[in-house]
Amino acid sequence: MEVNEKIAVEHGLKPDEYQKICDLLKRVPNLTELGIFSAMWNEHCSYKSSRLHLKKLNTKGKKVIQGPGENAGVIDIGDDDAIVFKIESHNHPSFIEPYQGAATGVGGIMRDVFTMGARPIANLNSIHFGSTQHKKTKNLLRGVVKGIGGYGNCIGVPTIAGQTCFDQSYNGNILVNAMTLGLVNKNKIFYSKAAGINKPVIYVGSKTGRDGIHGASMASAIFDDKIEEKKPTVQVGDPFTEKLLLEACLELMSDKSIIAIQDMGAAGLTSSSIEMASKGNLGIELSLDKVPCREEKMTPYEIMLSESQERMLIVLENGKEDSAKKIFDKWNLDFAVIGKTTNSKNIELYFEKEKVANIPIKFLANEAPMYDRPWKKTKVPQKIKFSNSDFKKLKFNDVIKKMISNPNICSKQWIWEQYDHTVMGDTIQKPGGDAGVVRVHGSKKAVASSVDSSASYCYAHPFTGGKQVVCEAWRNLVSVGAEPIAITNCLNFGNPEKKENMGEFVECIDGINEASKYLNFPVVSGNVSFYNETKDKGIKPTPTIGGVGLLKDYENIMSMNFKSKDNLVLAIGKTEGSLDQSVFAKVILDEKKGPPPEINLFNEKNNGEAILKVIKEKLALSVHDVSLGGIMIAALKMCVNGNKGIKFYKFKGLINIYQYFFSEDQGRYIIEVDKKNLKKVESILKKNSVHFDLLGETTDKEIIINDELTFTVDKVAEFYKGWLYKYMS
Amino acid sequence: MNSSVIIFPGSNCDRDMDVALKKFGFKNKMVWHDDDKLPKSDLIVLPGGFSYGDYLRCGSIAGKSKIIQSVIDFANSGGLVLGICNGFQILTETGLLKGVLQQNKNIEFICKNIFIKINNSENKFFSNIEKNVLELHIAHNEGNYFCSEDELKSLQDNNQIAAYYCASDGKIDEKSNPNGAIKNIAGIFNEKKNILGMMPHPERMIDQYLSGEDGSVFFENLIRNLK
Repeated sequence: MEVNEKIAVEHGLKPDEYQKICDLLKRVPNLTELGIFSAMWNEHCSYKSSRLHLKKLNTKGKKVIQGPGENAGVIDIGDDDAIVFKIESHNHPSFIEPYQGAATGVGGIMRDVFTMGARPIANLNSIHFGSTQHKKTKNLLRGVVKGIGGYGNCIGVPTIAGQTCFDQSYNGNILVNAMTLGLVNKNKIFYSKAAGINKPVIYVGSKTGRDGIHGASMASAIFDDKIEEKKPTVQVGDPFTEKLLLEACLELMSDKSIIAIQDMGAAGLTSSSIEMASKGNLGIELSLDKVPCREEKMTPYEIMLSESQERMLIVLENGKEDSAKKIFDKWNLDFAVIGKTTNSKNIELYFEKEKVANIPIKFLANEAPMYDRPWKKTKVPQKIKFSNSDFKKLKFNDVIKKMISNPNICSKQWIWEQYDHTVMGDTIQKPGGDAGVVRVHGSKKAVASSVDSSASYCYAHPFTGGKQVVCEAWRNLVSVGAEPIAITNCLNFGNPEKKENMGEFVECIDGINEASKYLNFPVVSGNVSFYNETKDKGIKPTPTIGGVGLLKDYENIMSMNFKSKDNLVLAIGKTEGSLDQSVFAKVILDEKKGPPPEINLFNEKNNGEAILKVIKEKLALSVHDVSLGGIMIAALKMCVNGNKGIKFYKFKGLINIYQYFFSEDQGRYIIEVDKKNLKKVESILKKNSVHFDLLGETTDKEIIINDELTFTVDKVAEFYKGWLYKYMS
Repeated sequence: MNSSVIIFPGSNCDRDMDVALKKFGFKNKMVWHDDDKLPKSDLIVLPGGFSYGDYLRCGSIAGKSKIIQSVIDFANSGGLVLGICNGFQILTETGLLKGVLQQNKNIEFICKNIFIKINNSENKFFSNIEKNVLELHIAHNEGNYFCSEDELKSLQDNNQIAAYYCASDGKIDEKSNPNGAIKNIAGIFNEKKNILGMMPHPERMIDQYLSGEDGSVFFENLIRNLK
């Protein structure tokens, strides 16, 4: 087939990009070469719209061993232990085929982590669906949850935390972001940079099929009515093979045979081979006849662009082929020497003795387009003036019921009971807490992790929203008693070619960056997912932040469940009563406008550090951060989880009771304290200039507001836990 | 006491079981599925996971693996065999235990704490156990035990039902049945009671920071009985 501009455009390239390819090569590429360019130059692989802005991110820190640019980020947790982690999106495939899309998302991110020599120890996920009224939502949710579980459960890695949101902006474009944490000895980390000439290039894992061809291009395209036709481009996962691949790779990594290793993710053999060679400033030569294929008569084009799962590319030391092959034979996996590193600095492909492609690697990597796309700043929206009459008609008990059973607030137990969260025997905080916590096997240490997004805040004002998500992740780690260390981000946005969407992206990054710097909470890995729109309608800007923190002694772990009756309950941090963008405003008052709650980074840090002190001194019985639904929802969740009640003290203040209980002011926590320890806690808080309110005291079962019984904890538990089960049944 | 844990490709609770056995005093060895001989053992454990990807049927291919003949011989000579979760599925596939494990009634994977009531404690696994109701953890997609009426009758007549799913007070009712298992059956023995297969995972409940500690009760008792 003769390549021309039309074919290039069908590959997702713009006419000027095609012209640039011809100019660089000083000739017209053949079809295989065009396929390689289109895969490497699409948004997913080249980050062409985002690179310029990602450079600004705060990626350095004392504990950062590896920042962005590798398969995953790495942080130091002491004693030669390091945590490798990353979050990645699998949005488009999951909308088309929810089970396989979500499953392969989990498989892909785990490979990124064990490629670096780390054994995965925890999975997390953040999933966003359309309105609960939308006809597709139930099936998509069911499929995605089954897919995530199907893959993670089989591999035997616990899924320890997650987040689920519903919003109509995802009706035509759901989000599936999967995150994995792995544990590695910091002296035994493997990277993707090839080194040395004439080193064997090895293919291991599953055979290559025709599935997923052009998956990366699909992920960079906008959905239209015909999106279902793209089903064949969704990859199919096989967690069993991945489990074998994991064990085989870790076995091979125990000696010194591997020079570089890279998993075949988006754009498969193309991006993995080019990335390794590019990082090592080398050339690479591959004989495509030697690639193990699942199907007959596969062409070089198909072999290079297949996204078949569970495959790795390895550059080995010379002479280690036989011993390496033995390991893969033991695990019943394909092993083939398919090429070698060269000094040509080109990628050269051979098939049936013919040279089928020859491209200088720098054209594919360094010369990939980079755009400074026009973007538009978002103004801070006007504050909403709520009037007294808005509140007068409300009945407190009805409001509580409606809030606690709201889809974005209610318990997600229906989801996480389908994930194996206890395998590996080290999960000490299961899903449903502020952060999941797993012990570092065989040590006193534990690692905490949470995943958060706040699309409504980011949509209202991207800069504030970006800051808020980072703070939320920080707070979740603090709440379980962990010292926050670093984050990974998954940046889900609409079409970067539209200046509004691009503006959301730029300002969210600025917000993330500001909070990340202030809190000394660097970004060590992440990914960007653009073009999350269907038929011209973009999603709300949704940066998802995965946070990781450390507990030096897991016995100091903190949880949110109220422990016993007659203890004091304190609200930490100042409540201003701002309701704009709160769940209360949206659900109860039907008011969707207004600015998100303000972020005061000084208070954020100060309050969090004071909480960590209180936990360290063993003065807190339970801790929970205040987020969606404000103080009331936070306190009720503590009640339900601990099967206790609460008597709120009579509230005296300038704001009304709804503003006090349901505002989503930031930087706040609720803690439970033994009465005899109040003085000590007060003294820590005062010494650190942290504002607090005495909120009430725990009771046996009753939830009492204004001296009146509203509900028993059992009733609230029914509202909180029941909604999703009912919805899905 | 010597124990051995068999690792099949796709096993994923092998390490957890190894940790648990050692914690309670067993000298444990790991045995690869492709070996043909078992080390000298007082207890053989088939761990949980997805042996051979659970292709065909759960436990089916593992039931035909190279090592399994030695396990069958060991069991037939009276050796103690414990199958947890996928291990239980494998034991039914080998024919050492009766019945099958079907997909959960709600067709979803279930991971949560449950209670079991021990039904027969006149055997090496449960005799002298200090608690009659244990809180354990399940994590499976196919734990819905089923057998024919004749088989059920013979299980009952020979007192081969090891444990039932129950409420925290020991009451056996439909509400406490997590997966639709016939008669709430959570685990069964062979006729001689030297083979136990059960869905719940005691190895995940062995210290106070995990989901509970009743797994410790199980293992402490087991090694005491073997000494």
